[in-house]
Amino acid sequence: MGSRLPQMLKDAGLTAFVGAALGIFIVGFRTVDIGRGLTFDYHLVDLAVAVVVIFVGRLGLSLAANGLRWPAIALGAVMIAAGASPMQLPSSFLHWFVALGGVLLVIRAIWPWANSAVNEAARTPSGRALSTAGTKWFGWLLLAGAVVMPFTPFADQKTMDLGVLILTYVMLGWGLNIVVGLAGLLDLGYVAFYAVGAYSYALLSTQHGLGFWSVLPLAGMMAALFGILLGFPVLRLRGDYLAIVTLGFGEIIRLILLNWFDLTNGPAGIGSIPGPTLFGAVFAETAPAGKQTVSEMLGIPFDGNHRLIFLYYIILVLALITNVFTQRMRRLPVGRAWEALREDETACRALGINPTNTKLTAFAIGAMFAGFAGSFFAAKQRFISPESFVFIESAIILAIVVLGGMGSQIGVVLAAVLLIGLPEWFRDLGNYRMLAFGMAMVLIMVFRPRGLIAHREPSIRLHPAGSGGSG
Amino acid sequence: MSVATATPLIEVEHLTMRFGGLVAIDDVSFTARPREITAIIGPNGAGKTTVFNCITGFYKPTVGRLTLRGGRGEFLLERMLGHEIGQRAKVARTFQNIRLFPGMTVLENLLVAQHNKLMRASGWSILGLLGIARYRDAEKAAVELARSWLERIRLLADADRPAGELPYGAQRRLEIARAMCTEPELLCLDEPAAGLNPRESAELNELLVSIRDRDGIGVLLIEHDMSVVMNISDHIVVLDYGRKIAEGNPAAIKNDPAVIRAYLGTDDEAIDG
Repeated sequence: MGSRLPQMLKDAGLTAFVGAALGIFIVGFRTVDIGRGLTFDYHLVDLAVAVVVIFVGRLGLSLAANGLRWPAIALGAVMIAAGASPMQLPSSFLHWFVALGGVLLVIRAIWPWANSAVNEAARTPSGRALSTAGTKWFGWLLLAGAVVMPFTPFADQKTMDLGVLILTYVMLGWGLNIVVGLAGLLDLGYVAFYAVGAYSYALLSTQHGLGFWSVLPLAGMMAALFGILLGFPVLRLRGDYLAIVTLGFGEIIRLILLNWFDLTNGPAGIGSIPGPTLFGAVFAETAPAGKQTVSEMLGIPFDGNHRLIFLYYIILVLALITNVFTQRMRRLPVGRAWEALREDETACRALGINPTNTKLTAFAIGAMFAGFAGSFFAAKQRFISPESFVFIESAIILAIVVLGGMGSQIGVVLAAVLLIGLPEWFRDLGNYRMLAFGMAMVLIMVFRPRGLIAHREPSIRLHPAGSGGSG
Repeated sequence: MSVATATPLIEVEHLTMRFGGLVAIDDVSFTARPREITAIIGPNGAGKTTVFNCITGFYKPTVGRLTLRGGRGEFLLERMLGHEIGQRAKVARTFQNIRLFPGMTVLENLLVAQHNKLMRASGWSILGLLGIARYRDAEKAAVELARSWLERIRLLADADRPAGELPYGAQRRLEIARAMCTEPELLCLDEPAAGLNPRESAELNELLVSIRDRDGIGVLLIEHDMSVVMNISDHIVVLDYGRKIAEGNPAAIKNDPAVIRAYLGTDDEAIDG
């Protein structure tokens, strides 16, 4: 082992040199405008710290790769301690950088061992039973947590807002999961149906005075109709071609919203959209003429948080409906045909399955749930504009589905929490927030390339689960 | 051997398929009867799979008529959409390179094959969503049919495994069982013995004979493995360069000079003549 140490040191030194050479221009100095011209602002301490971290990190990785687990863990621990220590560094980001480097190193060092241990444990009969029970109970546990969340002490306004946001994306993820995860149709324009739902509610409520609950099904149907309209001509396309056309469709809808000034008010958007009511009562301090506020109806003092809690439960119920509906559809012939289409369209045709109709149902149902979510979004925001329905939204929803593990319902929840929650939690990092976010994504894709939950539960079993029937 | 006067199950008349300037099938006519195994053989590139693709609707023939006369009436296959041939005319097929649904379990593969029947029973999903008893009974019956096929192909214990995990020979058998779960009138098998070892191909023979005798349907078979073709076929059609060069029972085909020439090649003089 000792003979390899000089080699490792050389390698680490080389990597640190490359880091220094690259970093000197990116981190080392910056040009600052002082009015009369430009001057340099030096950050050589930052650079030095980064180079040291690179050197130690690279050395640790080499040690781990050579099976020297404990020295690598020790190095990682030193880095974590250094990052967490109150030592004076020029920026708080450097503390994070050092500590995160250490965490990565420790993970890398114990990964092969932990991975094989977990796999080994999962292969034993009791381990397998535990993992099936685990996935089963994990969902119920999450649900229970989501239900009681508004009544826990840490449910301040910020957390509740984030909860509503995450649940909206969970619902959108579950809706898109039907299209992408089950039917295997790569849809890059999903946000278009979300927009259709949102504008349906916004227009019907502000111009025709319809309430949230009567528009909700209409918005869903409207979005489903758009899904069918788009689906008919394009669903004969496969794979990348379908992705491009749906991408185009998403943009077309956004451009129409932006330019059809008479109907949509263009880029200025639609404002003062009424929120959802509880049995006709509104969530406000004073009710408009002829209406009642919720606090009057229930005889409780007014609290601005009530509206947020109400919205939270609406989106929770809507998301759960999406989930239960999808789970039931999966066990019906149409759901199995969706999955079969994803696996092999040619074989489906040979078995007498009409691919166009089957794809259309998936597309329309997925669009319908986006429509529901869209009208909820409009009711929550009370203001919508085409700005909210840009391509990046489609990309985020798709990322949630792919990251969660195609077709996995729990995976979508975890991925939504990560993708929507992480950027919020990393706000302390300031400008480096998206960097940390990107690093987290890379890590997930390295360690779980098939998504967080890649396991597929059969829609039907001949032998009860856990029996020795299968090999 | 069935009676020669039995009405043909499928009648292929003057089938021609051109791809641009290439004539893949040139005026081929033959018939296949119910309760018989009809083999289509010929050297590589003779157009066998193209005939299958025309019958099962994957290609639209350039010229020709394909008439299927089954228990459900008469169908002109060349006028039907691809999936309608499986759905209404009840023609099922397997593929040269296995096309299972690899991520779905063995049982799910067999249930997908019963899609149209189950869709009707589930009221196009609406009644099924509500959990109506009629759908649950239909599903139970479908699972029973699948189970009986799993017993016949000896994969009962593997019912809940992903189909893609099965060994090669088992995947071949499963693909045939999946086609049979559509309850077809005509089963088209494209090289079912390809890649099987001698023991597996003997088992395949048994399975095909039992499908002919027990299920009483017509089987169209493309095969290179002569031990399969000669042992179980009732009728053989030989294609070469898109033309039919011979037709008859196995004994006659074995001694047909045109067939021997197509398979073994000819002398230069013979070509000139």
